[in-house]
Amino acid sequence: MIEVKNIVKKFGAFAALDGVDLKVADGELLALLGPSGSGKTTLLRIIAGLDWPDTGEVSFDGENALAHAASERHVGFVFQHYALFRHMTVFENVAFGLRVQPRAVRKDEAGIRARVKELLDLVQLDWLSNRYPSQLSGGQRQRIALARALAIEPRILLLDEPFGALDAKVRKELRQWLRSLHHEIHVTSIFVTHDQEEALEVANRVVVMDKGRIEQIGTPGEVYDNPATAFVHGFIGESIVLPVEVYDGCVRLGGKQLNILADGVSPGLSKLFVRRHDMQVGPAGSGSLDGAVRHVRTFGPIQRAEVALSAGDGETVIEIDAPRDRELQTGDIVGLQPRRYRIFAAQE
Amino acid sequence: MSAAGGRRSTLPGFGLTMGLTLTWLSIIILIPLAGLFLRTFELSLDQFWGIVTSRRTLNALKISFGLAFAAAVVNLVMGLIVVWALVRYRFPGRRIFDAIVDVPFALPTAVAGVALTSLFAQTGWLGAPLAELGIKVAFTPIGIFIAMIFIGIPFVVRTVQPVLIDLDAEIEEAAASLGANRWHTVSKVILPSLIPALLTGFALAFARAVGEYGSVIFIAGNLPNVSEIAPLLIVIRLSEFRYADATAIAVVMLVAAFLIIFAVNRIQRWAQTRIPAH
Repeated sequence: MIEVKNIVKKFGAFAALDGVDLKVADGELLALLGPSGSGKTTLLRIIAGLDWPDTGEVSFDGENALAHAASERHVGFVFQHYALFRHMTVFENVAFGLRVQPRAVRKDEAGIRARVKELLDLVQLDWLSNRYPSQLSGGQRQRIALARALAIEPRILLLDEPFGALDAKVRKELRQWLRSLHHEIHVTSIFVTHDQEEALEVANRVVVMDKGRIEQIGTPGEVYDNPATAFVHGFIGESIVLPVEVYDGCVRLGGKQLNILADGVSPGLSKLFVRRHDMQVGPAGSGSLDGAVRHVRTFGPIQRAEVALSAGDGETVIEIDAPRDRELQTGDIVGLQPRRYRIFAAQE
Repeated sequence: MSAAGGRRSTLPGFGLTMGLTLTWLSIIILIPLAGLFLRTFELSLDQFWGIVTSRRTLNALKISFGLAFAAAVVNLVMGLIVVWALVRYRFPGRRIFDAIVDVPFALPTAVAGVALTSLFAQTGWLGAPLAELGIKVAFTPIGIFIAMIFIGIPFVVRTVQPVLIDLDAEIEEAAASLGANRWHTVSKVILPSLIPALLTGFALAFARAVGEYGSVIFIAGNLPNVSEIAPLLIVIRLSEFRYADATAIAVVMLVAAFLIIFAVNRIQRWAQTRIPAH
């Protein structure tokens, strides 16, 4: 088990990590998700031993990892830009970690060859073993980088934006591939991403970070359906955000009372979060809100409509996703009712 | 531009620049070299061979090439250390040291020769203590060796420097995470990435030292067979009006220079196929 306790890391006056606690169970595939500057890469580098925290603890199976340099931690690290050794063939890149082992535990040449072959088979690139990295595509390079990291049988595999430098199609393929690879070898893995879709699709658990703090830890379903904070709701999935006022257990938008419960949120200015597809569309007057359809685009099973709300100043425009059982037309007046929603007290 | 107007290059002016390039290279380089070869044809093969293999010529060539090679080896090692310190560490005066590396480039060679000679003469700042140890530098082959080191060091530093600066910090981190200690990282990852640049710098320093004249003749003592370099022998033959002798030696040096340039080219080509700049 990997345990991180109360990590603080400052770069000058900027706190990259501001008191982070995290436990990673054996065999997990965990995503660190957050916008750039949220501290997710710094946390990954601290676990790897490539950066050092100002205060806090990192332990692997109860053993203090901070007492060891990166080279002694048995951590596989995969970089966004691959960081392959350009002067070595694919084979030698993968063999590197085996060749630099202390003589007492080092495999003999035949053993190294067998292990490299095994890894190249695992990443399905054994036919490239004599090429140089410059002769490979981005996706191939990243798979070789992964094979290289796995060669030392790491106790934990860390991936820093592993698909960040690849184009959309290759990303999608590699995502699925990574998940099935993890299913096959079960090495404890943490990967950093700013792409929520990637995190939700690949990881068993997602850690959402912002401004050097962990906002929420949960399964993809939990962070999507039950966001713990306004940040998580806004960051994961598309949300409609409306400024509301909570007063006497009622929720008001621009003076108009909405037919929803305040959910125990303390009185004052708040934000109402609704997923696009959780906004029920009906005839005018059927819901808490009325609005005029400004624009409709139809693709696949849904129609996405821009609706100008009549409440408030009449300038608030939201985007909703409606099923196609009832075609919307530009100019329609529709009634809207949030089916599922969350209210968070407005910060600042 | 119409399609019927024929194919126009997107970069016009090829004819003009190519013409100028050929003319210019011919006037500056090819014609003088051809003249040199033509001059040697005044000699029969036996005569040519006799001049080139005469004891004095052979010794001069041996001194020039042998000491230049040794000096280039020293520059390779010391240049690597200097460039490592300049690129990898931040210390007060780093910029000054960086500028000092260029002094041998900029200094007139005769000035360098005079300075080195007075420094290493038996009464000089460095020459006196060395003389007490029984080491005589000025007016011996050691003096030539030192002058050649002096003029060669910028070549190694300046060819390796940009490559080392561009070297990605991530590949060192990758090596560390794979369990490599510092020594493995340097010997298996960093140095191999620098080898093409190091070899190029070595070849350039070597070529420069072979042809060096100005700074060497002051400190060399110029005793035939002992401390007489090949370029000086050419000058001596010219002053004796033995032009054919002079050109015969010159041709040998020219061929050697070609071989060095060829080698440098091959190294760079080889490096580019293996390690393209991204």
